[in-house]
Amino acid sequence: MNTLVITTVDGIAYGLLLAIAAAGLTVAFGAGGVLNLAHGTFIAAGGYIAAAWTAGTWGSLATAILLATLAGAAGGGVLAAATAGLRGRGHLDQALLTFGIALVGGDVLTAVFGSDVLRPRMPAALEGTVAVAGYRYPVDRLAVLAVAVLVAVVGYVVLHRSRAGRLVRATVDDRAMVAGVGVNPRTVDAAVLVASGALAGLAGALTTPILGVGPGTADTALLLSLIIVVCGGLGSVPGAVAAAIGVGVVQTVGVVTIPALAPYLLITAMAVVLLVRRRPVPGQVT
Amino acid sequence: MRAFTQAVAVARLRSLPMVAPLVVAALAIIVVAVAADPYLHTTVARMLPFALLAVSVAVVTGHAGLPTLGQVAPYAAGAYLTARLALTGIDLAIVHLLCAAVVGAVVAGLAGAVLVRHRGTVFLMLSLAVAELTAITAGQWRAVSGGTDGLAGIPAPRLLPGLPPLLGDRTVLLYAATITIAATAVAVWLLRGDRRMLLTATRANEDRARASGHPVNAHLWMVHCAAGAMAGIAGTLLIHTHRWITPADVGFGTAALVLLAAVIGGARSLGGAAVGAVIVLGVRDVVAVEVPGHAPLLVGALFVIGVYALPGGLTALPARLRRRHRRHAGPHAAAPPTAATSVRSTS
Repeated sequence: MNTLVITTVDGIAYGLLLAIAAAGLTVAFGAGGVLNLAHGTFIAAGGYIAAAWTAGTWGSLATAILLATLAGAAGGGVLAAATAGLRGRGHLDQALLTFGIALVGGDVLTAVFGSDVLRPRMPAALEGTVAVAGYRYPVDRLAVLAVAVLVAVVGYVVLHRSRAGRLVRATVDDRAMVAGVGVNPRTVDAAVLVASGALAGLAGALTTPILGVGPGTADTALLLSLIIVVCGGLGSVPGAVAAAIGVGVVQTVGVVTIPALAPYLLITAMAVVLLVRRRPVPGQVT
Repeated sequence: MRAFTQAVAVARLRSLPMVAPLVVAALAIIVVAVAADPYLHTTVARMLPFALLAVSVAVVTGHAGLPTLGQVAPYAAGAYLTARLALTGIDLAIVHLLCAAVVGAVVAGLAGAVLVRHRGTVFLMLSLAVAELTAITAGQWRAVSGGTDGLAGIPAPRLLPGLPPLLGDRTVLLYAATITIAATAVAVWLLRGDRRMLLTATRANEDRARASGHPVNAHLWMVHCAAGAMAGIAGTLLIHTHRWITPADVGFGTAALVLLAAVIGGARSLGGAAVGAVIVLGVRDVVAVEVPGHAPLLVGALFVIGVYALPGGLTALPARLRRRHRRHAGPHAAAPPTAATSVRSTS
């Protein structure tokens, strides 16, 4: 029972991290129609930077998270510049470009950081366990959960209460209207890609204490993010958050409870969600 | 009606020059086979299954308009069936090819029954699910696939009973090239004339095609099945040229690479897709030998360069060069008529 509760909390924490990562991906798709296959590579880059920069002190941890976020933002900027030249060329060409960037980025990451699974060195205060409601729980995971909740809340407030957030949501709904109020939707697209990259880097940095980061991280993170974006309804942030928590729980609890079927669970769940959903997905252009 | 008749004429005219690339491909293979380099023979022969898989992906993606990652499912079915047949002592190549084509069509038919009801991103993600399920099943079903270790030491096939097994590098190359070119030629031949028009109409304006009484989903399903048969044959070739297989050969990596290879080649052109596949594998397996461990870097760079340098794929290059040439020739030169891909304007 103890294991199950802990894995469920793990799953929710992991799901929230995936939600942070996938929120950017889903908005970038909804607003600018950019399906970013390099997203997983940004997440892995954030993870590698966090793992390499942390030295067991609070200062190094904060710097590492900041650097990971900045690296992700820089990647998003490169992507914004690169996709600007492909306007009106369809999703397959974007897939070609972003998959190419992902392959190049993955190769560079492996060349710089090696092909071992790395883990960050957390401050001593985060290394132990703590008793919560009768269960022993690792402190670093609780900290990650707290930060993930914080980022999700800040993200919600920015998206719903600030002018920038309203512009982003307006661009998802009606680009022409955004242009009509005097804002270039392409500027919004570029800003969304940069923010999406920053969130990916941040999520990568926050995931490393739980999962570590290695050569497989980018592919796994991309696959999970895509599943979340599609299941949540392309372009919908609340949908992505709900789907992300679902994916996180299925990934962690499923592996513990039914190990034999675990590999099939997620993919089957995605297929079922896609098949039973009645309302059309935005962006589903034939 | 004019646009429609024009489109039919364009489709008819196009079917003739389609023979030329196949002849060029055959000549290229003969040139390679004449060269006295067994390494070259093996390398090219091992590219051909992937090239045929790219052709089958191009049929679904370019002609049916459904971007697919799921063709690895019939490919895997054909490959594992061939491997199992060969390991149980049935070593006739024609039996392998026929069985793989049938099982490929059946697998693609089952997956297609669900897939062809969907379009665009949802189709792509469902086909991703098919690809993932294929790789997971190939890894888990140890009795058939040998698990993640894969199957090795698969006996070579024979062309006829009593003939020696296909072992020589040059023989394998000529055999694989014959099958690849023949299968591509059959696909090109099947996708000509009215069938091609029907698929073009479905891509351009599905509602109108439906309103004209065409059972769109049934057509797409049949195309999906036929492409599955081709992918099954490609799976047989994979075993015949490599004689080992692991789940990684039929996973998401292969699915993504083959789809993007078809896009680089030009997904509407089956020959272009095959050439795209050969280019991608050439960069990954031949050029990358010079910089060990950095194959992803080179393939990634190829994709990034390809997307900017070759809009519309490799096969769109001649048309673009012609257009540029005419533009330079003078401002009065007539603009080339755009390809009539839409049947929407029938007035």
